[in-house]
Amino acid sequence: MKKNLKYNLTWLAIMVVGYVVINLLEFVGVIDQFGENTMVLIGINIILATGLNLIIGFSGQFSLGHAGFMAIGAYVCALITSSISTPMGMAIGMIAGAAVSALVALIVGIPTLRLDGDYLAIATMGVAEIIRIILNNLKITNGPAGLYNIPLLATWPVVYLMVCVTTLIIVNFIHSRDGRAVMSVRENEIASESMGVNTTKWKVLAFVIGAATAAIGGALHANYIQTIAPTDFGIMESINILIIVVLGGIGSITGTFVAAAVLGLLDMILQNFGTLRMVLYSLALILLMVFKPSGLLGTWEFSVRNLFNRFTKSKQKGDA
Amino acid sequence: MLLEVEDLSVNYGVIQAVKGVSFKVNEGEIVSLIGANGAGKTTILKTISGLMKPSGGKIVYEGHEIQKQKSQKIVAGGISQVPEGRRIFAGLTVLENLQMGAFLRKDRDGLKKDYQEVFERFPVLRERKNQDAATLSGGEQQMLAMGRALTAKPKLLLMDEPSMGLAPIFINEIFDIIQAIKQQGTTVLLIEQNASKALAIADRGYVLATGNILMTGTGQELLANEDVQKAYLGG
Repeated sequence: MKKNLKYNLTWLAIMVVGYVVINLLEFVGVIDQFGENTMVLIGINIILATGLNLIIGFSGQFSLGHAGFMAIGAYVCALITSSISTPMGMAIGMIAGAAVSALVALIVGIPTLRLDGDYLAIATMGVAEIIRIILNNLKITNGPAGLYNIPLLATWPVVYLMVCVTTLIIVNFIHSRDGRAVMSVRENEIASESMGVNTTKWKVLAFVIGAATAAIGGALHANYIQTIAPTDFGIMESINILIIVVLGGIGSITGTFVAAAVLGLLDMILQNFGTLRMVLYSLALILLMVFKPSGLLGTWEFSVRNLFNRFTKSKQKGDA
Repeated sequence: MLLEVEDLSVNYGVIQAVKGVSFKVNEGEIVSLIGANGAGKTTILKTISGLMKPSGGKIVYEGHEIQKQKSQKIVAGGISQVPEGRRIFAGLTVLENLQMGAFLRKDRDGLKKDYQEVFERFPVLRERKNQDAATLSGGEQQMLAMGRALTAKPKLLLMDEPSMGLAPIFINEIFDIIQAIKQQGTTVLLIEQNASKALAIADRGYVLATGNILMTGTGQELLANEDVQKAYLGG
């Protein structure tokens, strides 16, 4: 525990430094308003994709329903912040959205996670569609028109903070005893069961945490874009998040960060190309997949621990 | 008596793989179940460890019937398994594999000592502690599977074909290790196709064919038996 504390504090320091640096760059004028918009969108995508990476990369369960859980978070938070338009309301909205999303994930996870592979993909896609159709027909969600005039509460500092919080939670989960259990299920379900691991329980847990993370991403999305409609959360949105995970490397959180940033920047740069943009964007994806099928980083992970170890090792060598 | 299997039957759909098998394992013994492919050996092991449910009969462990218990409870009770084909967690490191073996253990302090014990028994695992298990050779993976089962501190260790697919030099080593494990007080139920080796180290053995027990005796008796020699030892 003590050891982990050291690494977590280091990460915290890195995050604070990162925040200061980015704010400085904004102050000097290197990053303009447009740049900040891009960073917010990248941040939201990071949150969405880390949650999905936990489900796909670490617990080894395929999900095509991430947008459904994102939608739950978006709607719950939008409804709450529409009546409490303060940062406090935003916090309540995110927590409530994550809770509802986790509950739904628990209910659908227990029966569907008995499936695997393609069957699970179809089942999770169905769940997301059901959520979308319910939102499309409820009075409180304003049907197909969706919600608008949602207060702008997902400012850049809030998004940055939430990226840090969700990443720290997920990375710590992965490196805990629970995380090992989740990964053992991915590696070999039968062996895992014969070690005394309740495989269904751990699969569902990873799914629930991933869904809660998606809800937080959705909440930020709603309070940044300020209008949401059920069509925003269709299968294409799930696939967009999946692309980030696959591109970065399934099972690499660092990869998710890099891929979200690369895709976000690519999107920004290609903005000037008009309709050609989608062609170039897709072409870039195809080329990447052809030349680096395991994703940008594979399963490689940037680790403060390894950095520390390398540092102490070279110091020992220097002493000797 | 540590384990008593009474009149155990197991079905795969309509096919009866195990047909009323009974045997016993006393504390501190190595007991070998030998038999050809399809004799029902692996099915028996899987049923003992709770991965399969029997259609009839009883499994009594330390005086309690366990045939209806979930595998988690059985592992927690002290029955640990080295599964067929090793089934290590390839994407996890060697140390993480061992940690998974100890998944249900509550005594955190004893754990460190037990990892050291495993590393002393299998020095190659210490060298590769932080490598992905996928990078190990077949023999090393078998050692990892055994080490993983031992970190659970089992009273009864079930081993399913530990010699499968290994070079002869590793096979000898594996059987030496099994004897050393027994010396330390762990009871072993061993399933093998390599009948000569399995019987040579066994206190008692059972010969299995198409779901029935044909013969039983001490390891040496079975080794000397003409029928066994003809059928399983190539004599």
